Amino acid sequence: MAKKVKVYSTPTCPYCIRAKQFFKDNSIDFENIDVSSDPVGQREMVKISGQMAVPVIDIEGKIMVGFDKEAIKAELGL
Amino acid sequence: MYDLIIIGAGPAGITAAVYAARKKMSLLVISRDIGGQAAWSGDIENYTGYQFITGPELAAKFEEHMRKYEIDLKETEAVTEISKTGEVVSVRTDKGVYEAKTAIIASGKRSRELNVPGEKEFKNRGLTYCATCDGPLFAGKDVAIIGGGNSALDAALQMIRIAKRVYIVNITPKLGGDAVMREKIEKSDVVTVMNNSQVTAVLGEKMVNAIKIKREGKEETIAVEGVFVEIGLIPNSEFAKGLAKNEFGEIKVSPRNETNVPGIFAAGDVTDVPEKQIIIAAGEGSKACLSAFRYLSEH
Repeated sequence: MAKKVKVYSTPTCPYCIRAKQFFKDNSIDFENIDVSSDPVGQREMVKISGQMAVPVIDIEGKIMVGFDKEAIKAELGL
Repeated sequence: MYDLIIIGAGPAGITAAVYAARKKMSLLVISRDIGGQAAWSGDIENYTGYQFITGPELAAKFEEHMRKYEIDLKETEAVTEISKTGEVVSVRTDKGVYEAKTAIIASGKRSRELNVPGEKEFKNRGLTYCATCDGPLFAGKDVAIIGGGNSALDAALQMIRIAKRVYIVNITPKLGGDAVMREKIEKSDVVTVMNNSQVTAVLGEKMVNAIKIKREGKEETIAVEGVFVEIGLIPNSEFAKGLAKNEFGEIKVSPRNETNVPGIFAAGDVTDVPEKQIIIAAGEGSKACLSAFRYLSEH
């Protein structure tokens, strides 16, 4: 079964855009949480990652800060 | 062995790559990121052909253009050394060593750091170097922008729309930057400009909760949840140990983008080219590639 992917992002951050594009290119469904307009999502992001930079990527509970393509590939078995 | 290794994939590196691909040179591009500083820019209104485009959008266009060609690309790899032995240029990274007949260094610039206590600890915990990326996280909060030039003013303009209070902490007696931006900022009633002020520490527990500043010999503490460091840029040229640089660490280049080592060229913000602009970096990338091409045909 496909792993559940969440991306905490802002509309302007380049690595957020790249991360989302990467998931689209690889046909991976993800939930995008725009933390610039969703304060609950923002608090959740800070809680799970312990920091405030975007993007934060949550793959089935595995939390990654930033966009590390290789780490994501490994996590998703791509 | 490649014909050409390009270090960096900002406007200069990508343009060089497009030219090299079209000349059918065998090519490797090594870069920590794609788009470079252009990807972090806010609104761009002076790149010919686009009356208005955002940094991330322009960077995406650059990338799309480069990827139209079959190019070997090593992403998220950091170059640690470049050297030339005989006719071979070796580029060492944190992951391997690559060889080519020529190289173009287009590694750009990065944000200068404050070098004060608390900066490292609170990086991404309230302290950021990218207002475009992380600014929206500080809506409704009190923030400090450190710096007094255009990038500080740009960050301030982004933040006055959303933050509760914006302190601009500027080390010089008055704000620099463009008059148009300065006027907008000075008109805003959420801004407090603090001139002659130096940040001496970033304070907090889990996240930033204050900064310490020194103004006219006196220390004071300002409560803020966000700190935006916008105090200029330094060239990513440390790995290019054998190359001639100017006093700012920028690699010296000839009008043909030659460095002091034959076969190694440089382009864009990492060089001493006058004026750092996206369109200039792109043009320099194209020139550097044509020079490398010429060098290959003569050697």
